[in-house]
Amino acid sequence: MTPGTRRAVGFALTSLTGLAAFIIIAMLAIILFNVVENGAGGVTWTFLSQPPSDGMMGGGIFPAIFGTAALTLLMTVAVMPVGVLTAVYLHEYAPPHSLFARIVRVAVVNLAGVPSIVFGLFGLGFFILFVGQGMDRALGHEEMYWAQPGILWASLTLAVLTLPVVIVSTEEALRAVPMDHRTASLALGATQSQTLGRVVLPGALPGILTGAVLAISRGAGEVAPILFTGAAYFLPDLPSHLNSQFMHLGYHTYVMATQSPDVEATRPLLYSTVLVLLLLTFALNLVAVIIRTRTRRKAAGAH
Amino acid sequence: MSLNPNAPRPKMEARELTLRYGTKAAIQKVSLAILDRRVTALIGPSGCGKSTFLRALNRMNDLIPGANHTGTILLDDMDIHDRSVDVVDLRRRVGMVFQKSNPFPKSIFENVAYGLRVGGMKDKAALEQRVEKSLRGAALWDEVKDRLHESALGLSGGQQQRLCIARAMAVEPQVLLMDEPASALDPIATAKIEELIHELKATYTIAIVTHNMQQAARVSDRTAFFYMGELVECGATEQIFTNPREKRTEDYVTGKFG
Amino acid sequence: MDRHAIMEQGLTQPLIAPALSPAARRRQLREKVIAGFITLMAFTGIAALILIIIFVAKEALALFTEPEARHEASLSKMFLAQDVAPGKPPFRWQPVSKIPKVSMIPLFVGTLKTTAVSMLVAVPLGVFGALFAAEFAPRRLRELLKPVIELLAGIPSVVLGFFALMVMSTVVKEALGFDRPLNAMVAGLGLALAIVPVIFTVSEDALTAVPRSYREASLALGATPWETAWKVVLPAAAPGILAACVLGFGRAIGETMIVLMASGNADVISWSLGDSARSLSATIAAEMGEVVVGSPHYSLLFFIGVQLFIFTFVLNLMASTWTKRVIRKLTGGAA
Repeated sequence: MTPGTRRAVGFALTSLTGLAAFIIIAMLAIILFNVVENGAGGVTWTFLSQPPSDGMMGGGIFPAIFGTAALTLLMTVAVMPVGVLTAVYLHEYAPPHSLFARIVRVAVVNLAGVPSIVFGLFGLGFFILFVGQGMDRALGHEEMYWAQPGILWASLTLAVLTLPVVIVSTEEALRAVPMDHRTASLALGATQSQTLGRVVLPGALPGILTGAVLAISRGAGEVAPILFTGAAYFLPDLPSHLNSQFMHLGYHTYVMATQSPDVEATRPLLYSTVLVLLLLTFALNLVAVIIRTRTRRKAAGAH
Repeated sequence: MSLNPNAPRPKMEARELTLRYGTKAAIQKVSLAILDRRVTALIGPSGCGKSTFLRALNRMNDLIPGANHTGTILLDDMDIHDRSVDVVDLRRRVGMVFQKSNPFPKSIFENVAYGLRVGGMKDKAALEQRVEKSLRGAALWDEVKDRLHESALGLSGGQQQRLCIARAMAVEPQVLLMDEPASALDPIATAKIEELIHELKATYTIAIVTHNMQQAARVSDRTAFFYMGELVECGATEQIFTNPREKRTEDYVTGKFG
Repeated sequence: MDRHAIMEQGLTQPLIAPALSPAARRRQLREKVIAGFITLMAFTGIAALILIIIFVAKEALALFTEPEARHEASLSKMFLAQDVAPGKPPFRWQPVSKIPKVSMIPLFVGTLKTTAVSMLVAVPLGVFGALFAAEFAPRRLRELLKPVIELLAGIPSVVLGFFALMVMSTVVKEALGFDRPLNAMVAGLGLALAIVPVIFTVSEDALTAVPRSYREASLALGATPWETAWKVVLPAAAPGILAACVLGFGRAIGETMIVLMASGNADVISWSLGDSARSLSATIAAEMGEVVVGSPHYSLLFFIGVQLFIFTFVLNLMASTWTKRVIRKLTGGAA
């Protein structure tokens, strides 16, 4: 190759890859611009604080915001202890070369790859039909009480879905706690669990919080797993019991976008709903990024 | 070893101790007594097993996967690997200070109080008293008494290491193991640590690993020379440095290799 | 040597008790209980995976055990051509018509079509984007790309589906002259948005795992940066990039909301990208709400779930094997 062609090929390759990167950035920008442009006008206090009215043509989305928040709160309560302790097992307790730990890791990786719709089927088949029916029978409910879609089952389904997120980020956080701190604690006569509770977990806390926020962001946006486990399009009341159905921002978006009798009339509301959902997940992601960079900087400064 | 009944008794004693990581032996059949209220220096070139030996004395090697041993280690005539010995109790009696100062990212007070808290001490007044006593013992009290509740990470390197010594002393162990405690410090901080070791030997039995021959000569009463996983020679520090019995010891202390 | 005499003189502290003290025994018991509890928690991940396959498969099992279901939805009806009146398509998915037609073939075709489109778009974008970020990008740009990818990955798929439905459908229809706005092309492009972050992230990890010494050696021999990237870095990271593509493929097959909202969902078999397509995942999502629990149709939808589970499971296993291999090769080679 002559130097000229070499330079030309190099330039072509660099610009081609640069173009790919540019397209990725542009895609995000276009989506954001489109949603903000069409949705920003509709996001008012009334919109955020009122229930829908006029057969979904007016009013707000408060019940959907409330439902999403309640759902993800329950999910977080369920997933955090299990996810954090699993990571603690993998990083702190598992013997080296433990076969069990290896199987757990493989399971977690594969769990992360299971399609979200399959989680929906799982929620229906396991939580509602198996656990729910079993509970109804055991507790003597004459009619269906637990064996129906409800916020508890939906949140538990999401908890299983977000389990890998929590485990992976907690493990990363544990890895960042210096080994020195553990040995110092043990040398002072602390037991392993005291070391864990007083030194390791406090040190890993920011990373664990990052994991929680990422899990919430993921859980808040998922629709497929809650399709059959508890989401409803319109409810007159907010969910009040663990077996209540609930409204949800993502599900609301889906139904309004695909099943509206008058697309043009609902379009502004729809865009505003999407904007709220997007802002919510971005805000959560941003929080996660901030916590992470802060702790990384702190960790770098400490050494 | 000395049979003179007036000599200090051994506080800790290793008998034919062999330690392996997996199948590779790190120390071979080492028999060595650490005398009560004396400073014993462990010297030798890198990788000679002196740190491994030190870590065996409070069973920190238990934490390393694949580490195993034969032979015995006695603390006051009690086998520390006996089933009746709880490793937590052992480590409260045999404290350790590490090469790299490793304070917790907590306040100065909480660092020193840590061992007491995990040991179950809750009384605030008693905690404060013990923290003060330990900090005074480590010659750090005057420097930090006004900022006990600030982060320990704000201290200088030398102060951090003395904090770690105070932290180890707070649980009132009988033996203090020090793994090159001054290797990362400047000469002034090093001098302070050495001075401290001098004071501590009135109450504690001390074993110190050091790379620095002058340091060993300055602080220790007895010196043990390790080479390639074996204990070559052990005796009074003066004798080791002026009149070693072994050729290898002489070569090492005179700087022919190391 | 008279050890006892010596000990009596100097001994002020108690000896270690000849047996474990009650306090030590209590402490050891507590530690064991805590360790046991933590180990038990670690079992949840495995249990979840096993329960998923058991309970999804359990609901599908009726297809093979119940006579009614076996008649209505036999394997041959699902996978083979059916005898129909001339001119009518032999493969149809119409499980709620008077004579249920349950061929999975249109669903496979629909899934493959949308997935193929998404891969054709997302693989070059993701891999080249990652190559740019890892090899060519100035520092500033690289630090911009990372959060952009994270934000893109953070967009809920229902929002991407919404965007495909509301915006991309019109643009694509006009640009390519399709008859209908919702088709395999639009769904595929929407899917591409979802899997670009996956492919980008995993590829970039593989590229940055290539040791600096490889690059330095190549540059020292007089190769230009792009020659180094193309002939040294890319081949070294190839298994990892392949893994990235496989992971993206798995995500695209399993992704539901985007296809459900943007593909049109008709069970037609055609290779035109302008035609509507119905995917496996979207079929479950669209029909599960209206089926009678325990009916053959209900079991069929769970059976689709089992297939999706198996496809993605196999793809994930392949991907993780390759990722491990590239890491082992590179870290082993660097030492």
